[in-house]
Amino acid sequence: MIKTRHTIVALVGNKPGVLTRMASLFRRRGYNIESIAVGHSEIPDLSRMTIVVNGTDNLLEQVRKQLSKVVDVVKVVDVTGDNITARELALIKVKATSTTRSEIIEIVDIFRAKIVDVAPDSLTIEITGDEEKVDSLLKLLRNFGIREIARTGRIAMLRGQPRPGRDSP
Amino acid sequence: MKLTGAQILFQGMVEEGVEVIFGIPGGSVIPLYDTLPQYPQLRHVLVRHEQGAAHAADGYARATGKVGICLATSGPGATNLVTGLANAFLDSVPMVAITGQVASSFIGKDAFQETDTTGITLPITKHNYLVLDVNHLAGIIKQSFHLARTGRPGPVLIDIPRNIFLEHAEFSYPDQVDLPGYKPILQGHPAQIKKAAKLINEAERPVIIAGRGTIIAQAGAELKYLAETTQTPVVTTLLGIGCFPEHHVLSYGMAGMHGMAYANLAIDKADLIIAVGMRFDDRLTGRISGFAPHARVVHIDIDPAEIGKNVHVDVPIVGDVKMVLQELNKLINSTQRLKWIEQLESWRKEHPSLEIRDSDGLLPQYVVRQIYEATQGDAIIATGVGQHQMWAAQHFYYDKPNSFISSGGLGAMGFGLPAAMGAKIGQPDTTVWCIDGDGGFQMTIQELATIVQENAAVKIAILNNGYLGMVRQWQELFYKRHYVATPISCPDFVKIAEGYCIPGLKITNKKDVIPAIKQAMDHQGPFLIDFMVEPEENVYPMVPPGAGLAELLEQPRKKAKAITDSNKLPVSNI
Repeated sequence: MIKTRHTIVALVGNKPGVLTRMASLFRRRGYNIESIAVGHSEIPDLSRMTIVVNGTDNLLEQVRKQLSKVVDVVKVVDVTGDNITARELALIKVKATSTTRSEIIEIVDIFRAKIVDVAPDSLTIEITGDEEKVDSLLKLLRNFGIREIARTGRIAMLRGQPRPGRDSP
Repeated sequence: MKLTGAQILFQGMVEEGVEVIFGIPGGSVIPLYDTLPQYPQLRHVLVRHEQGAAHAADGYARATGKVGICLATSGPGATNLVTGLANAFLDSVPMVAITGQVASSFIGKDAFQETDTTGITLPITKHNYLVLDVNHLAGIIKQSFHLARTGRPGPVLIDIPRNIFLEHAEFSYPDQVDLPGYKPILQGHPAQIKKAAKLINEAERPVIIAGRGTIIAQAGAELKYLAETTQTPVVTTLLGIGCFPEHHVLSYGMAGMHGMAYANLAIDKADLIIAVGMRFDDRLTGRISGFAPHARVVHIDIDPAEIGKNVHVDVPIVGDVKMVLQELNKLINSTQRLKWIEQLESWRKEHPSLEIRDSDGLLPQYVVRQIYEATQGDAIIATGVGQHQMWAAQHFYYDKPNSFISSGGLGAMGFGLPAAMGAKIGQPDTTVWCIDGDGGFQMTIQELATIVQENAAVKIAILNNGYLGMVRQWQELFYKRHYVATPISCPDFVKIAEGYCIPGLKITNKKDVIPAIKQAMDHQGPFLIDFMVEPEENVYPMVPPGAGLAELLEQPRKKAKAITDSNKLPVSNI
């Protein structure tokens, strides 16, 4: 059984405890989450959740079904392999001295990232993109000394016009 | 009309047809109990421990098919419900549990008798609610009953802070529920049903494994039609017992760890498994890699998450068992399977799993058989968990659904007595026997007081072997008779019963069994019989842990000799 990385998008009721219900289910059934990101959706009282899980196709089928059983979960779709736009945002605080600062800025430009804070001994960089892009930037910045990283985890959406009954998660 | 939260709760219960509440008051639910006398149509059964309330509600629900209600206070009241909720969750029993909670303003402050009840019960309920606004209460009650009894049934818990009982809200009970995330699939997919029918029509050695889902869906008639038309043998899971009459010529009893040898051999040699309202629990399948090695699998269940969870399924059909079988039955051909049936009959003869060995001693199997004879099967049997449970499952013939009430998935000792009490209260005109072990009986023995207070005429048979018998059996067979912590003393149960004003008998001789059972049945109220049975009697057949269904150990006293049936009967010869 080959393990692959799956992106699951769920539309969930914006209710107290819904995140606990999801997290409890993942913990209890031993599903390994790589990331989970939640925020409001375009529908009032519903949040959109993007979950990245590593596992076999069989396991993911179970994940999807078990998630669907949670009463507050309105819809679950495994969008892996579909034509999706997937992004994450990262904030990276990197050590910067007068000698390294310009080199860092050059790298940031190449990645079309942004400098969002400048301090005498550090720069804070904001980058959005897929995980690989964020990882590549981190790899280059590591040589300068990384002080802090915060990543949102993946959010994902199908490309193009939503088709009724298929894309709404 | 403005009502208090307490009135809304009881009014909602009345709307939902509730008749009985099993509960115990405590600090946070005093305002609720204060309101109870306004609703004389609601009978309150005062249990002696909240676990008893949950198990009684469970037994009540299984015996009646209605939603069982239990009620407890915050903190310890709620935590004591946990075993009963988990039990109902694993066995898909419709229940609504009400717990009091500390006042809203105290939540999160570690107040007296505060526990995070919704947090604790989250993984063992179908859904739960913490009510934070009295205006939401009526809707939550409606949703809870709907969730509990529809789809795959299960327990729903409503946690209600003390102040909500006292606050007022405009009451109108909703007609409908608004649960966008909850839409059970009832109709099976026609294309899948067609595929299943094709497999059934083409099969040579099909076996139906029917589970509790068949009972929940009240699909006994449809199951019978399927079995008879296609001449397919029927075996059941532990909780499926009673969904198909055990006296039926096509019934081959319970399968699984302590199932009938012929039922297990049938599964092992089948070329098609028709799994109906069951979930391939490990006690049924044995070693999963060795389960039904020659069979394709049709799986009918209302819970999509059960499909493909444990066993690879060739034709999954998600839907209500009754509705699916109705459609399936239109597509099946009338078939004769003489060879296959003959084969099963010869297994039945070669491996008589229900034969009780010759003994002058008092054998537990004999006791169960005599209870069957005395009741002629017209009774509800509620059990605890362990050896006695398996003997009760094996040696009593169940022809009606809901006549065997037992803790299957959770395997909770102590279930027997309170479940029997709940069943008797739900079905007062039916004879209810609690068959229990001496170990498990001591876990919820306090409910004897409730039985007396409520005049619930439960007949109690303790199969007393002085051991935690099932664990002892495992120690004997797999731990070199290393009996650690399994010899267990017990009080004089007859004197205990007497203390509760329940008449009782202690039986040590085989010849006294029949008169004792008769005396118990003739007595108007509850009655207890303490049967001092053979201490080291084992439950057979047994599929040892990690073994496949055909690798079973047989009784009596042939336990070292496994059936080497797979060599004897190559599949091609069947």
